[in-house]
Amino acid sequence: MGEMDTLKKEADGLKAQIEAARKAVNDTTMAAVASGVAAAPRVQLKNRKTLKGHLAKIYGLHWSADNRHMVSASQDGKLLIWDTYTGNKVYAIPLKSSWVMSCSMAPSGNLVASGGLDNMCTVVNIKAASPKTLRELDAHEGYLSHSRFLSDTELLTASGDTTCCLWDLETGKQKVIYKSHVGDCMCLAVSPDQNTFISGACDSTAKLWDIRDGGCKQTFIGHTSDINAIAFYPSGTAVITGSDDCTLKMYDLRADQEVNGYQDAALNAGVTSVSLSSSGRLIFAGYDNFNCNIWDSLKAEKVGVLSGHDNRVSCIGVPDDGLGVCTGSWDSFLKIWN
Amino acid sequence: MARDMSDIDILKMELEQLKKEVSTPREPVSKTSKDIMEWCEAASATDLLITGVPDDKNPYKPEKGGCIIT
Repeated sequence: MGEMDTLKKEADGLKAQIEAARKAVNDTTMAAVASGVAAAPRVQLKNRKTLKGHLAKIYGLHWSADNRHMVSASQDGKLLIWDTYTGNKVYAIPLKSSWVMSCSMAPSGNLVASGGLDNMCTVVNIKAASPKTLRELDAHEGYLSHSRFLSDTELLTASGDTTCCLWDLETGKQKVIYKSHVGDCMCLAVSPDQNTFISGACDSTAKLWDIRDGGCKQTFIGHTSDINAIAFYPSGTAVITGSDDCTLKMYDLRADQEVNGYQDAALNAGVTSVSLSSSGRLIFAGYDNFNCNIWDSLKAEKVGVLSGHDNRVSCIGVPDDGLGVCTGSWDSFLKIWN
Repeated sequence: MARDMSDIDILKMELEQLKKEVSTPREPVSKTSKDIMEWCEAASATDLLITGVPDDKNPYKPEKGGCIIT
């Protein structure tokens, strides 16, 4: 097939050009730059609370912008909304499909979204007289792996159909479709300024998108397996990814390349989830081997471990005020640490 | 979606994207990493998971002592 070969040659040529451009600005490493930084203190976080109530594996959690409430999703077919200060369950929302893979809460606290193998994203108004389904967003052709609200009227989703999408919640229709990944999209994170978002996929790449025009601005390579988790560095200038290849990476947006890697020869479990402390200095990474490792993002050293779950840590989150970190697990418990 | 696309269409899509990305502005790592590091160091002073949360400000720490019954 002559055309395929020509196109492939052209693509390889461009990839080589891009690599050369990246190498040209690669005049040092983050490790070298951070060598003068004092080591992060050995982190001793204690399990302060264990939230019990789910009856099956927990697949997702998301803190409310009020830093106190949290939504969690489990394959027991429920979304639970917790008051983490008291440990009480404030709402329990039954799901039509129990094969849920993610959940999120709107910044206003009025809406929660969830979805999974039903290929849909269901948005529920929890502040109505009794929790009421507002929208069933039904256009993805693959599972819903992740969602994040921009506001009460706009929601971003990532799907196993390889696309991400921006939805208008007033009409229930797709506003923008983000197409470029060639593998299932597994995760997404919104930039602090809400102009861009980043997605991670099973094609081993992370992509930075312009939310409004739908264009892919940058593609980050280097991982050798599915990227399951992704987070923006709080400065908005870097991104942390976690992958089935057992490593995490920091990609610098302005240098357009990987500047730090977090791995350990002894670690042979995939990374399932990632969250950062408020300064970005600490990376909390959940692994298939039931632990959560804490990495110093600048020096790329392991500085602590959160151990206490009896099964895979599937989701992690730090609230906006940075007051703690919550881990959710297949053992059905959520644990809060600080 | 990439699933419905033929191999040649996927290749064309990738090529279009690569053409865009060739002209991405790239700043030296020495400058950008230093900026990230400085931002992080400044923010670490108020990062409660590094500095620790004092007991009286910690909403998760169980309160000491009993309750008063009158």
